[in-house]
Formats: sequence, C-alpha cells, structure tokens
Amino acid sequence: MTKEYGVSERETIKGPNEADGESAAGREGDCVDQRSDRRIEGVRDVSAMDTLALARRLRCHALRMTHHARASHIGSCLSIADLLAVLYGRVLKVDAKRPDWPERDRLIISKGHAAAVVYAALAEKGFFPVADLDAYSADGGPLSGHVTKTVPGVELSTGSLGHGLPVAAGMALAAQRAKEGWRSFCVLSDGEMDEGSNWEAIQFAQHFRLSNLVAIVDYNKIQSFGSVAEISDLHPLAEKFRAFNWGVHELDGHDHDALAGALAGPPPLAGRPTAIVAHTIKGKGVSFMEGRLAWHYSSPSAAELETALAEVEAGA
Amino acid sequence: MRNETIDVLTDYARANPDVMLLTADLGYSVLERFADALPDQYANVGVCEQAMAGIAAGLALSGRRVVLYSIANFPTLRCLEQLRNDVCHHNLPVTVIAVGGGLAYGAQGYTHHGVEDLGIMSMLPNIAVACPADPHEAMALLPQLLERARPAYLRLGRSGEPVLHRPETEITLGHAVWMRQGADVALLAAGPILGRALRAADVLAERGISASVASFHSFSPLDTAFVLDAAARHRAILTVEEHVVVGGFGSRVAETLLMGGLAPKFGKFGVTDALRGRIGGQSWLLDTLGAVEDHAEALL
Repeated sequence: MTKEYGVSERETIKGPNEADGESAAGREGDCVDQRSDRRIEGVRDVSAMDTLALARRLRCHALRMTHHARASHIGSCLSIADLLAVLYGRVLKVDAKRPDWPERDRLIISKGHAAAVVYAALAEKGFFPVADLDAYSADGGPLSGHVTKTVPGVELSTGSLGHGLPVAAGMALAAQRAKEGWRSFCVLSDGEMDEGSNWEAIQFAQHFRLSNLVAIVDYNKIQSFGSVAEISDLHPLAEKFRAFNWGVHELDGHDHDALAGALAGPPPLAGRPTAIVAHTIKGKGVSFMEGRLAWHYSSPSAAELETALAEVEAGA
Repeated sequence: MRNETIDVLTDYARANPDVMLLTADLGYSVLERFADALPDQYANVGVCEQAMAGIAAGLALSGRRVVLYSIANFPTLRCLEQLRNDVCHHNLPVTVIAVGGGLAYGAQGYTHHGVEDLGIMSMLPNIAVACPADPHEAMALLPQLLERARPAYLRLGRSGEPVLHRPETEITLGHAVWMRQGADVALLAAGPILGRALRAADVLAERGISASVASFHSFSPLDTAFVLDAAARHRAILTVEEHVVVGGFGSRVAETLLMGGLAPKFGKFGVTDALRGRIGGQSWLLDTLGAVEDHAEALL
C-alpha cells in the first residue's frame, strides 16, 4: 500500500492492535511516533493517560487522511478526537472481533462529516487494520467521506444532519422493550441542532423514558457559515435539554476524566435520557486550526501537515 | 381496506414478536385493536414523522421488523430523506403504510392528497411498492411485504372499498392479475381506481368495444412481462391511476413498452393539473378528470 500521507515509508502508522484486533486499551502499545522513531507511551490500562495518547493518534490519523485525500472537515474531526478516545478507550462496551455482538453499546455519529477521525478510532480499536485508513476517500475504496455503515464498527451511514438521534432513540427503545442492558450513544454537531428532527427525537426520548440514550453535542461554536452565535444561537443549550426533561452534563469536551465520568456514570436525571453538552474547540490540538472556520473546508498542505503533527505530538 | 389490513397485521405480529407498529399519532379507531392486543409491540411516537422513520431504522437495526402507519403524504414525503438514507439505503425491514392514498381524502384538500407517492417511493433503493385495489389484495400483500424483510411501501385507500376479486384469486407481489379479458383495449389499473376501470369496461362493451382490465397492485417491482403481453394482444393500452400522470404508473408502463420495442396506441388516465384548486370528494374529483371509458375510446 502506498504511503502518501506526507511521511516516509519508515513512518508507517502501526496501531497497538493491528496484529490481532484487540482493543486499544488493555495491552502494550507500539504506536510509532509519526515524525521520529520516538514511541508514544503504550496503552496498558483504561486510564486517562491512555486515552490522551489515543486521542493524539486519532488526530494524527485524521490530519494525514484529510491531507492525503484533500478532504474537508478536519476541524470537525479534531474537536471530537478526545470524545472518541474516551468513548472507545474507557466507555463503550464493544468487541472489535464481533462488530455485530447483540449486547454491544451502539454509537451513532450523526455528524457524519467527521468520518476521518471516526474511521481512525475504529481502526485503533481494532475493527480493521490501521493501514486501511490510507484509502480514505479513495476511488473504489471502502471509506467514504461521510461515515458509512459498511465499515466494520459503524452503526449507521450518516452525512445528512439531523438523522442520527432519531435512529439512536429507536435503538434505545429496542433495548428498553427487550429489557437489554446496552446503551445507545449519539454524537451530534452543534450546527445540526438547528434540524427539527433532532428536537422531535429529544421530545420522543424523554416521553418514552429512554434512560439508556446518551446524546453528546460537540459544541465547538462554529457551523458551516460562521459562528453558531451569529447564525442560529443555541444558547442556552443545556437549559433547552433540561426543559425537555433530559438530564444534562455540561463539561469541557477535551477533559478526558470529565468525559469518562459523564459517559460512564448513571443518568443525571433518573429514568430520562442524558445530554452531554461538550464545550469544545474546533480544530483542537493544532494552533492554526483552532477556532478557525476555514478548517471546516480546507485540507492541510504538506507543510501545514508537518507543523500540525508536531503540535499534536507535543501534546498541544 | 385499512381495518382488514390492520387485522392481518395484528395476527401476523402476534405470531411474530419481532414486528413492531409505530404511528405518528394517527389511526384513531383503527389501530386500537393492535395496541390493545400487543402493547409491547406498539408505540405512538407523537406527531413527528421524521423521527418516526429514524426510530424505525433504529429498531430495525436492532432486530425488529417495523411497520409505520400514518395518512397520505405524512409517512412518505414528510420524512422522505429519513426513508431514503436511514431505511432504504440500509435495506432495513421497515414497511410504511399510508392510508388515504390517492384522492381518498377528497374534500379535505390538497395537503391530504397522496398523488406523488408511488413514483417517489419507487425511486428509493431496495423498496417494494404496493397499491392494492381492494381488501383482498391488501390482506394478501401485507404478509408478503413483511416476509420480504426489506423496505416496503403499502398504499391503502380508506375504508369501504368493495372487494373486487373472487376469494380464490391468488395475489402475488410483482404479478399483475387479469380481471376480465377483451380484445380491443387493455385498461391497466393501479389501486382502488380499478373499480372505475371495471365499470368503464362495462360501458365500453355497450359501445361495442371489447376491453380487458388488469389490476397492477404492485407498482414496484412492476410486472413488465405482463405489460408487454398486454400490448401484444391489444390495439391500445390505457393506464388508470389515482396518481399524477407524470412519473407514475402510466409513465412506468410507457417506459416498459418503449424498452420492449412495442408501440401500441397509448394513453394515461390520472391526476393532472385539471384538479388544481378544485375542491370536492374523491368521486367528484375523479369525475372531473373525465370518464375512463371516454379516454379509452378516444385511443381507438
């Protein structure tokens, strides 16, 4: 497989789980730093340190993928890298060897344009080889620019906003009716909260007491044409959920312990669905991308990629 | 035909606990029989068709076969993208039932006229589209759609549609049925308007014209072999539908004829701009489009 991520053959990505598909957490990692032979510290158990390393790898993958494919949406990927690292590293009950395991937790990425980082997370989790990420958006390849169900570990093809939460609610209803213990998670963008279908699902889920449903809003404050505040202000978002009888956690979406506590803990409002309003920074981890609308569209040049990777690996 | 269909659905769901029925708060006096008998397999999600279609996809992805119920355009056009992306693209076992298809809601007005549904729904991937003419067809087709365990759309009338078939007539998805055989013109009908086509054949007989009548209860897959056979044995074909004539049953038949290299005299009876702004009951609205027999005779 060719390597055109802007790095040499020697610097090929190798995930901690590539050989046998085991989960990223729970075994010695050997992820090679992409710009030197320095090793990123291994992942040994489910600690915040592990998910921090995982989040760095996800950011590196997404940066390379969007550079290589000349794809958009790197800013949207970077804002949820921490969330995905915590979900896959510490929270979700999934088995990469059995993507269809009936008792798995479901995760729907309603903001399907963040496909690159989602595929990266699935590869790091062992659902498919990390090397396959090279084919992101490639002609005839398996990884389309919006999240696609045919990829192992993906629960729903998305890309049109406002679709994920109703489907996640349907899954939660299925688990509730069957008295099964798995949970249904949905990651939404802030921009897509403009879609009425989300509010239909929010109303439905509280009425049906779907306490096994968790909606996480990636509140990075930037939508397609500018700032959320300017275009269709969501403030006060947490209060909106509370008014709809949802339990709410409002937190820093880059704080792994806060995320893990909210995602893994009991519903803050007993018997009702949970909303996590995750305040994030679009482009998080790369200084020249943070908070910049342009990185909803642009893909990094080779030089920008190099700078970005260096910043991510420095733990910016 | 809706009550008979829900009775069949209730029996089917009783024997198949994986079947769930969702409604967007419509079906008063119709769905209670299902809801009372099988409460764990029923949910009224509220007036939210987009969410309902997504919820159905979520249930189907979790091992359920789901039936959606609402009226006219609400469970189809209102949530079209959810059906396209979440249900049909994922090839999920979700059957949409719309009651009041065509002009059945008559004087309730344009918002309640489901006259683009067959063409639009049939463009979605993996879907089967059925428009039964009478309770006999509806009761036969629903279990076949559910057994298929893929996306489906079942367009029903309202209530009181007469039974047009003999009880022993076998109804199979994808296969049209001759109702009567003649020699001059074939009236190919989709849906309860079949009754009007049968009456037209009687009038044509009085005028010395021998008409065949067929029921196309399956819009997709369309019985193209039947169309070509009909064209080979008649001088003229008239399609009869309660649907806009652009992109509907007539268009599908015309395309089939052209692709098959046949060019009989051909006409389409269906909803046109003649109904724009007209208010009236179903029968009056259809009368406004002219008499089926006159359309047929004009072809010859």
